[in-house]
Amino acid sequence: MPMIVFDRVSKIYPDSSVALEGVTLSIEPSEFISIVGPSGAGKTTLLKLFLAEEEPTEGAVYYGSTNIHALGKGEINDFRRKVGMVFQDFRLLPNKTVYENIAFTMEAAGRSDDEIEADVPHVLELVDLSPKIWNFPKELSGGEKQRVAIARALVNEPDIIIADEPTGNLDPSNTYDVVQILKKINDLGTTVILTTHNKGIIDSLNRRVVALDRGKVVRDDKAGKYDK
Amino acid sequence: MFGTKIKRIVRTGFFNFWRDSTVSLASVLVMMITLLVIGLISFSGAILETSLAELRNKIDINVNFVTTAEEDDIMNIKHSLETLPEVLLVTYVSREEALEAFKTRHANDQSILAALDELGENPLGAVLNVKARDPSQYASVADFLESDSALSSDGITIVDNVNYFQNKAAIDKLTTIITSAEQLGFALTVFLAIISVLIAFNTIRLTIYIARDEISVMRLVGASTTYIQGPFVVVGIIYGVTAGILTLLFLLPITYWLADTTQSFFVGFNIFSYYLRHFLEIAAIIMFSGILIGALSSVLAIRKYLKI
Repeated sequence: MPMIVFDRVSKIYPDSSVALEGVTLSIEPSEFISIVGPSGAGKTTLLKLFLAEEEPTEGAVYYGSTNIHALGKGEINDFRRKVGMVFQDFRLLPNKTVYENIAFTMEAAGRSDDEIEADVPHVLELVDLSPKIWNFPKELSGGEKQRVAIARALVNEPDIIIADEPTGNLDPSNTYDVVQILKKINDLGTTVILTTHNKGIIDSLNRRVVALDRGKVVRDDKAGKYDK
Repeated sequence: MFGTKIKRIVRTGFFNFWRDSTVSLASVLVMMITLLVIGLISFSGAILETSLAELRNKIDINVNFVTTAEEDDIMNIKHSLETLPEVLLVTYVSREEALEAFKTRHANDQSILAALDELGENPLGAVLNVKARDPSQYASVADFLESDSALSSDGITIVDNVNYFQNKAAIDKLTTIITSAEQLGFALTVFLAIISVLIAFNTIRLTIYIARDEISVMRLVGASTTYIQGPFVVVGIIYGVTAGILTLLFLLPITYWLADTTQSFFVGFNIFSYYLRHFLEIAAIIMFSGILIGALSSVLAIRKYLKI
């Protein structure tokens, strides 16, 4: 049974621009799927629909057998804790240290102080950032910020990691590191959904590629390249 | 679990207050202005109250009796006046006392004193000085004096005149002034209070607007509404408490400095001693307003960003 299903999903924004049109897509557990396409193709809208940030105009999005948009407020919070998010602009909380940024997600999930004290250093070790544990985000480089964001996404042991253009603001060497970390996460059994513009990443991954253009799925290859 | 949650929310609130020190300082200062206005409103209420009481006190009416009136008859009228519910105080001034008072008042006017001597006898009648509980009640007191009760036992009136009828216009005018001063004071108070609360509300709204991206991140990692809102409410309360304490301290030198001025301008009102005497009351009002404005503004301002 697929883990995530987009069933004939359309999204038309109030200004009547069509972001997605009849998109059907299913994602298996432990899959590493890359979504590519030019700006405005609908990649971000697809992710927003999955996180229940937006409602679909038509169709439905399922997580397992649950219709995500039929969930209540509290259930959406529970669902979001099963998903780790990594963004292009990192979105760390500027007034919190690296430790607190990660601890915050665990606190939100209702984890105990003991668990937090044990897991935060552990996950920082995983992304190789232990020495910066008490630094604030403004004291970190772009690559370091993105690794904190990945650690934050990982710490609650999510079923899915969503990485929305995670390398968009990074130099090639940091890009390589981030992709390696995502691969490692996927090897451990977590589903990874990656959106990117970076041809090099896609070509080197050799995993499933879904191409979007003007709101429609135009290609879905099991082991694809950026271009056909 | 509930205890842990509260602990985390309060701790995060304190951290945020401390780390965002510039924003916190600005918000506390703006909140201080709001609370100062609220404090000054309670002072101006007291000032208005004392001044108006003073003014009310100055209004009275005199019942002047004919020189031939018997003291017993006058005393009868005094007693019946005292039974009226509108009457606060009746003072009897005998003919001799009236003469003494007249002489003292005109001690520097030789011609008047000479004229008095020429007369040979006391031309002044006895007087009853009447104070009503409220200026608007003088009319009914005067009406009472007009009626039969003001007649002596043999049916001849012993009242020469009641100066209410000469002073009616002035008394009426004062009554209107007092009433409208009270209304104006109230309207002004409400107006100032609303404006200053809005200013504080807007400032807190701005601080939350600055944090809107953080709020959306918190939402996306699955934090519950209470968990996101809590620290902001705590920060709002800290703004209120800090601004409240600073305002109360700040009012000490201000009222001390204004004490002499208020004492001479508003007869008998010393703002500094008023502040010290009513400190607990004013402190309660200011602290309560601060906490309420801080917490409520945060709750209202953050709602908009929690919709994701």
